[in-house]
Amino acid sequence: MSSKVNITIDGEQYQVPAGENLLWAALDCGVYIPHLCSIREKERSDASCRLCFVEIEGIPNPVTSCTQEVREGMVVKTRTPLVDRLVKTGFELLLSDHKLRCGKCPKNRQCELQKIAKERKLKLKLTRLRPLLTEEEPVDDSAKTFIYDPNRCILCGQCIWVDHHKVEAGAIGFINRGFDRKMGTFGDVSLAESICTQCGECVKVCPVGALTFKVEEVEKG
Amino acid sequence: MDLLEGELEQIQSDTGAILQHHGTKRQELIPIIQEVQEKMGYVPKPAMQLIAEALKIPEVDVYGVTTFYNQFRMNPPGKHQIKVCMGTACHMMGGHIVLDCFERRLEIKEGETTPDREFSLERVACVGCCALAPVVDVDKKIEAKVSPIRVDGILLTYDIEKQEQEKKAKLEEEQKEGEEKGGQVE
Repeated sequence: MSSKVNITIDGEQYQVPAGENLLWAALDCGVYIPHLCSIREKERSDASCRLCFVEIEGIPNPVTSCTQEVREGMVVKTRTPLVDRLVKTGFELLLSDHKLRCGKCPKNRQCELQKIAKERKLKLKLTRLRPLLTEEEPVDDSAKTFIYDPNRCILCGQCIWVDHHKVEAGAIGFINRGFDRKMGTFGDVSLAESICTQCGECVKVCPVGALTFKVEEVEKG
Repeated sequence: MDLLEGELEQIQSDTGAILQHHGTKRQELIPIIQEVQEKMGYVPKPAMQLIAEALKIPEVDVYGVTTFYNQFRMNPPGKHQIKVCMGTACHMMGGHIVLDCFERRLEIKEGETTPDREFSLERVACVGCCALAPVVDVDKKIEAKVSPIRVDGILLTYDIEKQEQEKKAKLEEEQKEGEEKGGQVE
């Protein structure tokens, strides 16, 4: 049997497998920590979504839980004023470059952003920041079974990881820079024109409405 | 950007030669792209495919790195290179209007080359003569206080120059032909 360590999350004692990632250990114990970019099988997390912040006793500032390994006697707090402020700002920044209009989104009610907003009582609306004034990217519906809407993409990189490491197709990746950064194909051609095998694995992992199956739309419509 | 005849073979042989004196580790990616750009003036897509194959990484990853860094060009440099300054002073004096003008007149976007490869359009951060803002660098010649009308003027100059050259070439050809014919008569 693999060794276990005792950790305290928000005052509750838990026994978790040693060497486990704090984020996934907490999620397994039923403690919700917002997260978008973390992938369980991935050795080292990108820690790019900036949502899984926690405070750990002994570390002066909040840290991303996806980059922490559990230690014996670790005392973790998932909700402190500092953590809440960081998560709130991170969430707002994500929303500033995300086409909201949830009512028209095929992922409405199953969206990870909506879940985070509900759990942490955050607004799904921009109040402090103004939305980006960049032009809307065209929606790519060239693939047979799914649609890619770059305007809804939050650049978590889940689809790209699946494409590279599970399917090993190597069809999609991050392209361009800054506000123009997006998930795209070689030469920025449509998915049908690329070497994409259209297996649909990337659609399954998309936490938001950027990659959605076409069938769902037909059923709803 | 469509490739010219014989260009693909040239790109392939050049890239192949560059790849030969590099390892196949992923860390070699940027040095290789840099060398390709140095050799050809830009990073063509066939070269990216060859690099991806050699390093055993998805070609989209090479494309991602190339589009990420400003130092890499995706289009071949034109015969005349237009660089619009977007430094602080030029920006305040309407550099973006000048850039917009060039984009509309040449019907290309910033970073692209016209299909006839006459002009390539770029934005630069500062040319170093902010008192003359907004500044445009055309073939390393500085155009000062550029207005949208001047943009038309610059392009017109090259148009006329090109027409004259064509006329001259035509005349010379006719003269040559005339001489040959004259020789035959004698």
